[in-house]
Amino acid sequence: MSSVLYDVPGPKARRISLIGSIIGVIVIGGLLVLAVMTLAQQGIFDPKRWAVFQIPDVWVLIANGIGATLAAAAVAAVIAFPLGLIVCLLRISDNPWVRVPTRVVLEFLRGMPVVLMMLFVLLVFATSSFVAVVAGLVLYNSAIFAEIIRAGIQSLPKGQREAGLAIGLTSFQSRLTIELPQAIRRMLPSLVAQLVVLLKDTSLGYIVAYGELLRAVQVMADFLGPQYLFPVFFVAAAIYIAIDLAVSRLAIWLERRGSKRAAGGVAHVPVAGIAAK
Amino acid sequence: MDVIIENLPQYWDGFLRTLFLSLVSGIIALVVGTVLAAARVSPVAALRGFSMVYVEIVRNTPLTIAFFFAAVVLPRVGITFQQFEVAAIIALSAYTSAFIAEAVRSGVNSVPVGQAEAARSIGMKFSQVLSLIVLPQALRTVIPPLINILIALVKNSSVAGAFYVLELFGYGKQLANANGDAVVWVLVGVAFFYLLITVPLGFLANFVERKVAIAR
Repeated sequence: MSSVLYDVPGPKARRISLIGSIIGVIVIGGLLVLAVMTLAQQGIFDPKRWAVFQIPDVWVLIANGIGATLAAAAVAAVIAFPLGLIVCLLRISDNPWVRVPTRVVLEFLRGMPVVLMMLFVLLVFATSSFVAVVAGLVLYNSAIFAEIIRAGIQSLPKGQREAGLAIGLTSFQSRLTIELPQAIRRMLPSLVAQLVVLLKDTSLGYIVAYGELLRAVQVMADFLGPQYLFPVFFVAAAIYIAIDLAVSRLAIWLERRGSKRAAGGVAHVPVAGIAAK
Repeated sequence: MDVIIENLPQYWDGFLRTLFLSLVSGIIALVVGTVLAAARVSPVAALRGFSMVYVEIVRNTPLTIAFFFAAVVLPRVGITFQQFEVAAIIALSAYTSAFIAEAVRSGVNSVPVGQAEAARSIGMKFSQVLSLIVLPQALRTVIPPLINILIALVKNSSVAGAFYVLELFGYGKQLANANGDAVVWVLVGVAFFYLLITVPLGFLANFVERKVAIAR
């Protein structure tokens, strides 16, 4: 591995970094042991507390929570992606009467917390919490999808559009048949990475009382007793992180594969690639 | 509309608290994130490994889970806070630091190796290579994404409102409950105050990006 900051280490530098590694492991390991001991003092590792996972109903509730989380994420993604495509086309329209208002709406949507949109839909339209969660996710993520695809179109060589116009395609035909397919392919890793954000944001449903995984944990802790909160929370959080990590890996894999295959490679644009809320 | 004017003190209070949460968490996250990024590019394998595991796990953890952990789970296991703001700041800065670490790391890595090699070959010391050649170039690429992360942080601070902190979102929920007939205006007011912070920051990010863009 070569880094900007230092040369490939020689024998002496390797020895020093080995010693550094050992010290690092001792310090970090020590901190972890301290944390575990603090938890142990509170009786967290009492087997009785973890016996709660022998109750089948606990797993049923956790499974329901995961189901609700994935359902909201899937419905939102399926609506948000085509919507983002349409919004992107409006945003780059040649007509300023279309382009400018779209831009204003996009800036508005991107600047607002997702949970506020969820609350707005929930209270103003008196919908179910599922609809509120999905609507909040769709509003925010279609704006982000639109910006990602726009970045993809703008990263294409100018000649692509010029060639399309030159053979007599209309502006819209050129966008649809020449630019969009290339842009989406280039931006696939960013789009999948945004899916991770969307998936993570479903947990905001907790705040508008949607019965997702975290809400299931809360319900269980209320029912079983607060001493079971930590074990149940621990397992639920681990499941959540495992799902998100899997989708993240998919994005990284697509990026590697794409950079080998797609002409010109994939572009990576940090469009607020961070979770919203 | 009246409902916003009548409750302006609450809005203002919430606005200040949102700013406070974002500012304090932002500063902590910047420091922690930079340290994590430094560990990630250091020659010491243990630090690299630790930083990688931390960043990967935290980036894939929903913020609500981080908040739930800080505000609900920690007090259960005996770690209590005088004020819920502290829990909110812990959750926000732990979460944001992972994203900052990634941005800073990719900024340092975006500097071509040849730049540093050239600097070393003309006899610069490590401190000169870092301060004169690598960091100025790295900062240019890093500042726009960092601003975007801070925008996200401001929006993320809204989750604190659901965990007993009365910031903009927290007040918004309270006012919406109290004024059932004017919910639209209550929430539009909340949105306005968020946009007051996030939209100018967004324009700043765009401006900086255009200003410092390097043709490579």
